[in-house]
Parts: sequence; structure tokens; C-alpha cells
Amino acid sequence: MPLRGPVLNGSGTFDAIAARRTFGDELLERFPFDAFVSKTITLAPRQGNPPPRLWETPAGLINSIGLPNKGLEGFIESDLPKLAELPVPLVVSVMGFSHDELAQLVARVGERDEVAMIELNVSCPNVETGLVMGADPAETARAVERTRPLTEKPLIVKLTPNASEPQAVAAAAEAAGAEAVSLINTLKGMALHPRTRSPWLGGGSGGVSGPAVRAIALEQVYTVARAVEIAVIGMGGIQTGRHAADFIEAGAAAVAVGTESFRDPAAGTRIADELAVISASERGISEAPTSPAGTRART
Amino acid sequence: MRTLAPFGRRLARVAAVERIGEYSIVWAEDAQGPADPRPGQFYMLAAEARWGAGLDERPWLPRAFSFCRVEAGRMGFILEDVGPGTHRLAELAPGDGLWLTGPLGVGFAPPAAGAPLLVGGGIGVAPILCWSDELGPQARVLLGFRSAGHAEAASLFRGQITLATDDGSAGRRAYVTELLREELDADPAATVYACGPPPMLEAVRALCAERGVTAQLAMESGMACGFGACFGCVVPTRNGYVRLCVDGPVVDAGELETALVTGSGH
Repeated sequence: MPLRGPVLNGSGTFDAIAARRTFGDELLERFPFDAFVSKTITLAPRQGNPPPRLWETPAGLINSIGLPNKGLEGFIESDLPKLAELPVPLVVSVMGFSHDELAQLVARVGERDEVAMIELNVSCPNVETGLVMGADPAETARAVERTRPLTEKPLIVKLTPNASEPQAVAAAAEAAGAEAVSLINTLKGMALHPRTRSPWLGGGSGGVSGPAVRAIALEQVYTVARAVEIAVIGMGGIQTGRHAADFIEAGAAAVAVGTESFRDPAAGTRIADELAVISASERGISEAPTSPAGTRART
Repeated sequence: MRTLAPFGRRLARVAAVERIGEYSIVWAEDAQGPADPRPGQFYMLAAEARWGAGLDERPWLPRAFSFCRVEAGRMGFILEDVGPGTHRLAELAPGDGLWLTGPLGVGFAPPAAGAPLLVGGGIGVAPILCWSDELGPQARVLLGFRSAGHAEAASLFRGQITLATDDGSAGRRAYVTELLREELDADPAATVYACGPPPMLEAVRALCAERGVTAQLAMESGMACGFGACFGCVVPTRNGYVRLCVDGPVVDAGELETALVTGSGH
């Protein structure tokens, strides 16, 4: 899948439909990502976890959102037409609570022309059953084997860092036919209420993201990239072009921006521009461009 | 009632930081932003320098504030120093950089019928101030504060206001909701606009529900992004959870079972 550049958003960290209500069509003119990854959809609609859902942690955030979404048919009916208006390819993230559910999601999403790729969320730590598939190589292999024949579209497996050996899970995904892996999802975390001393988050525990997890993410991307041949999409606390360049040096073919977009909605653009400058200076002026960033056209 | 925001955050300059009793007003020169945000809309604020280098590396995420007034090309944000974010913002000095994203969310809608009756509690006077500026003398304004030191913010209002404090050190010794009850006794057809701490908003909601009075509440919840990305700022309504940042912060009181929401920062 050719992209205009290497910077995506992490699933669940940017709602392009809500952002368009806030920023208007300027969002489309200055869209900050080279592909848009949807928030994870499930077969049935979900309300998500009770609030509070957020806790600011040193250089990061713990979230306990719980995958609120309109469900498969609600997504296709009301969200997909709006996401199709975005100026970049669409990746739809799906999560099933069983292999049957996952198969239904992939089959239905896979038949839509608006969708370029499908990401299998086997790693969200916020929903109890979400951990199961992505934490175990055999489970992940079964999920990919079941869904791989159902669509022609590339499948990305989103890896959880809360696994003993993410590289084994990645290798299993590759062997089962996945085209790419993306990592990391959030790390499990918790905060206590300052006064009551019981868990602050409505969901009990949550997922840690932001610069606090960047060193962990970089190590996992480095290790996974050496265990598989397929494309690796790296993410975890990326705030600058230098951070993005680190992930690419570690073996990522593309990177994703997540929590930094909460601080600046246009962070993806800034990071891509900084990365393009770094890539150009590291290539030198005599070499032909080798990085997708070199082909990037920005308005 | 929504004015669109320019995409992305932008660097504004602090023009002045005004001390008003227990509160501070940060006045920012926002040359790149729209001049006509709607009262009730808000901005995400972060200091350009030393934002993320304090105790525990906090603050790190931007903080949400309703603007309180736009005046002479400057936009005011009233705040109380209660945590790492508000502390850093309160110590800003003229010339300092201030990151702004906004205006965000939906503001107050004009009354469909009846006279506007505005109720502000504590730091929640922010959107009430610009809304009273816009509505002019037709709007009655009721304000409640903890003490005379906090109530100095009442002097920002240009028209008549009725004041109450918890300790009686300024105005009447009462909760502002007692003033509201008396006003609604006199004018049961008013449309109420309120902003303040959750217990106050809940008292306003319950009173208006009991009287069949239309009310719009400007609510607060802990936010990471302010533009619908993180799904963190939800409040429960009769139609499920809604994100305060894109479907609020102004919410029709009739949509709520309760305005006592959890999770407004830590």
C-alpha cells in the first residue's frame, strides 16, 4: 500500500469526524496523517467504560476508555461515508471477542471499497477479553488464519506490549499471513484516587501512553523488526521527527502518532515535516530519495 | 452555537496577568484565532515553557478553560491556582508564550422563550461573564462564591448582579441556588444558564427540573485533547455518554439524570 508519507495516527487517538466538527474543512486541507486509522469497532455497539477515564501521569496519560463505538453496522452506515471523504487511505481497526466475531467484522469491512487496510486489534488492554488473543502467539495465529481468507485487503496486527514475547506474537502473525504488525498498544497501568485511595479510573486499570512509554516501545519495535520480514508500524510516545527517525532506524517502515495529537491536533504534520528534514540531511544531497518522507508534498 | 477553531495549536502571547482576589486572569493576544468565539466555548491552554517539567513532570497535557471575555484584541481566561496546570498558568508573565487550541465545543444558545437568568459559581463565572456581556441588561445575573476574596471577580460584571457567599463575607450568606429559587418564584418562565462546581450545577438542574424550567449547563470534565479524539471527557446523559468537548461543554439540563459528574481533573 503506497502512502504519501510515513506518519499515521494510532487507532483511537484521533476522531476525524469530531475533529471536522471542531476545525471544519481546514482539517481536510491540512490533514495531519498519511493514512487514517479508525477507532476500533466491535460487532455490537459499546458505551465504553464509566468515567473517570483519564489520569495524567508523569510525561503521559493513563486511559480507560473501553472501546466505545457504534458497532459494525452503525459504523458502516454513519461513520464510513464521512471517513471516505478524508484525503488519505483509510485503515479500519476491528476487535472481536471471539474468532467468529472477528471473522464477521473482517468480512464485512473487507468488502467496502472505502477501506484500504484492516487492523486487527488483538491487544487492547482495557477490555478484559482483549488481552487473550494478542498475548499468545498461537491465539494470534488462529485469529489471522481465520480472517486472512476473508478479504483481499492487507491485514495489520496491532501487538500488545503486555505479552511476554511480542516478537513471537509478531512472527506468528506473519506466518499466518498478516501483511504488517503495528506496535505498541498501551501498557497496563493504574492510579489511585488522591483521597479515597481506591482506583481512580472507572474501569479500574487503564493503558499508559505518551513519552513515558517511548523507550519501551522503541525496544519492542527494534526486537520485532528483527523477528519478521513484514512491515512494522512503530508507535509509542513519538513527539518529534527525531523520535520518529529513531523508530524508523529501529526497523519501522512507518510510524504512528497518538497521545501527542492530544497536545496538538496538528502534531502529525509537524512530526512528518521534522522527519523529512532529518531524512533529507541524513541521505545527503547526492543520493536519490529512499524514504517515503522524501516524496511528501505538504500544503 | 459553535465558532470553528483554526486547525492545530498556535502560540499566543500573554499580554497581562491580572490578579483579582483569589483568582487570576490570563489575558492572551490571540492574533491567529477567530475574534468571535461563542460564550461557553473553551480553549486548551499550555504554557510554551516549563509545561511538563514540574513535580511529577506535570502538567503535561493542555488544560481546558472557557474564555471569560474578549476585549481590545485580548482574550481572558480566569483561573484559580489549585493544581500543577493552573499553578503554571497563574505564574505566566507578560510576553510569555501560551499555546492555544480553540475555540472548542458548543456555547450557550439564546433563550427560545423567557428572560435569560444567569447563574455563576466560583471560577465558573468565566462563561457567564461573556454571556452577560452579550445579552446585556435583559439578563439577570446571580453569582455565588466561597468568600469575599473569591467574590472580587463579581466586579468584572458590567451590569447589576446579585451576590452570595458561603460565609457571608460579601453579599448574602447563601448558596447561589437559593437566589435562583427566589428568582424562579418571581419569574417561572425564565431560561437558566449556569456554570459552576458539580454540586451547584446539580442543585440548579434539580431545581429547574422540579419547576419545568429550561436550563443550559456549562459543564466540566477532565480532558486530554478538547476536540473529540480521546473520548475521555464523557458524562452520562439520558442518551448515553456524550463527550463534553464536542457535544458540550454546554448541555441541556433536561438531558441529564444528574450533573454530579466525576473525574474533573486531579
